[in-house]
Amino acid sequence: MSDANNGPILRAEGLSVRFTAPGGRVARAVDGVNIDLAPGEILALAGESGCGKTTLARTLLGLERPTEGSVSYEGRPLRYSARALKAHRRAVQLVLQDPTGALNPRHTVYDAVAEGLRIHGIHDNERDRVAAALSRAGLRPPEKFFLAYPHELSGGQRQRVVIAGALVLDPQVIIADEPVASLDASVRGEILALLLRLRDELGLAAIVVTHDLGLAWNIADRIAVMYLGRVVEDGPVDEVLIDPRHPYTRALVSVLPNSTITESIVLAGEPPDATQVPRGCRFHPRCHVLAGGSAAEAGVADQCRTEDLPALITSDQRQAACHYVAAHIPTSTTPTSPSPA
Amino acid sequence: MMPLLEIDDLHVTYRGSRGAIPAVRGLSFSLEPGETLGLAGESGCGKSTVAAAVLRLLPAGTEVTGRIMLDGDDVLTMTFGKLRAVRWAGASIVFQGAMHSLNPVHRIGQQIAEPIILHEKLSHEAAEKRAVELMAQVGLPTWRARSYPHQLSGGQRQRVMIAMALACSPKLIIADEATTALDVMIQAQVLKLIKTLVAERDIGLVMISHDLSVLADTCRRLGVMYAGKLVEHGPSHEVFAAARHPYAQALSAAFPTVGDPAERRNPHGLAGDPPDPADLPTGCPFHPRCPVVMAECDSTTVELRPARPDWQAACLRVEDNSAPTSTTAMALGET
Repeated sequence: MSDANNGPILRAEGLSVRFTAPGGRVARAVDGVNIDLAPGEILALAGESGCGKTTLARTLLGLERPTEGSVSYEGRPLRYSARALKAHRRAVQLVLQDPTGALNPRHTVYDAVAEGLRIHGIHDNERDRVAAALSRAGLRPPEKFFLAYPHELSGGQRQRVVIAGALVLDPQVIIADEPVASLDASVRGEILALLLRLRDELGLAAIVVTHDLGLAWNIADRIAVMYLGRVVEDGPVDEVLIDPRHPYTRALVSVLPNSTITESIVLAGEPPDATQVPRGCRFHPRCHVLAGGSAAEAGVADQCRTEDLPALITSDQRQAACHYVAAHIPTSTTPTSPSPA
Repeated sequence: MMPLLEIDDLHVTYRGSRGAIPAVRGLSFSLEPGETLGLAGESGCGKSTVAAAVLRLLPAGTEVTGRIMLDGDDVLTMTFGKLRAVRWAGASIVFQGAMHSLNPVHRIGQQIAEPIILHEKLSHEAAEKRAVELMAQVGLPTWRARSYPHQLSGGQRQRVMIAMALACSPKLIIADEATTALDVMIQAQVLKLIKTLVAERDIGLVMISHDLSVLADTCRRLGVMYAGKLVEHGPSHEVFAAARHPYAQALSAAFPTVGDPAERRNPHGLAGDPPDPADLPTGCPFHPRCPVVMAECDSTTVELRPARPDWQAACLRVEDNSAPTSTTAMALGET
């Protein structure tokens, strides 16, 4: 805890997770990711389905073992003994997407929230702890919800129960996978406001996995945009979403309603699958900067097609893994131009 | 010009184990050929029921009153034979779950050809040739005609659904959450396709979604539903930017504009939950959640009233600012 104030609370270094698909093909779900989460920081992990964001989140929780690289919590590398993992998962809590699936229909709200305490052998003041967690999650008065079953609650209330189940163990970090994707639009904002309030009041750091850039704008401090297992752009939300640099981020931002980028860039094709990561820049087959000739003008077209980019390092500043950006925006901190000349 | 689709005072009541559930409670709108209307609302507001009612796809025993005129024919009273002719050829629906709407053991090409064979009495060969043309139009590789649904990605399957919806050249397409399950970029591709096809072929489009921002981007007019009724109806960009009804305002605020400093670290939600259709609040059904509720709201039912020319909202706070051209509001089918 002593170094918690200056170092990152959760860190991934050179993380790769590979799965072997039937037929022996290897899926590079996470393919060289460096990530730092500062105490009290909210990081959005954004990208389309199949980009590896959920696998990355699961690896940070210790639910997947990295093929390469390491996860560390408060400066100490995560060990994969049952005991160490149990302790890790007390400090780093998961909030799932679908609260209906995450709750046992035959458990009351009280049991659902107390389950974590029981697993971790915390028996003192159970009732008070459950009540405190429920009211922190916005279910007040908590006693009113103790004996309710999930089917008696609305979607928003169920998601609050799931969040209370995470809070009851006093975690330092919450990892939320699409926390509002299954909720009605008008309820969504309330749950996001709750996550912000938990950070402000309890100093809780969070990684929010989402495909929704509006959500990142609503609550996150920093955003890491993933494409095919790599972080391709990383930086403060205000900078990345207002002036995205990586062509993929630009395309994602451009198709938002009322986008700051007036001309919408609709990428053709589908994200390629992780068993066939293209050569060179992994985004190049869909890149409009390359297809439109701008990359050739900047003299990097060959690099785009043949030269893989190094994984982004962990940094406070914004960075993009793109040959064109490196050639075009020399002031930016990119791995290919580490020192401003 | 005769409207393509005219819905007048539609009521749909499901019979469930808990008694009568009024899903749609007096809905009226009309759509001209080539016009696009977005219907927005949250789960349980009745928007999908409207889609099913237009093609009489509601479960047996459901009580439907009012009038649905499709291209001059009354859908609710037409014979079953006529109804079969209208489905696919007069109007078609694109549903959300493409995986569940496609037959897993039939090839894509055959499935697209099926309505063509039924409706246009073409030979199998000619129909499958048309199917391949349609696939090209919706941006699917034509060799995919030999594939089975599971071999396609979600975006491709949704394109198959659109190709099927277009197969018999209908005048009306109803898209019910047609892009909701798709990734942002694939959603953008499919929306762009729908917009182009609708414009090129002068197809009327009713697009149903919970996502107000998508509707505002795709449709010219926007209707916001709450508890089985339209609570706001007007030009889509204006409604999205400056809704009159407090619920429509809350719903548009729930979709943040990335880049808007006012919404940075400031998510907007609405306390409470959408109402249970079987147990609606009295008066204005929105009053228990309304941030600007007044004393009379729990006892006064409020119908759509003109707010602007061509723009109505069902809220006691809405004042009639349409005075100079209030007749235009009447022309929209609201009396």
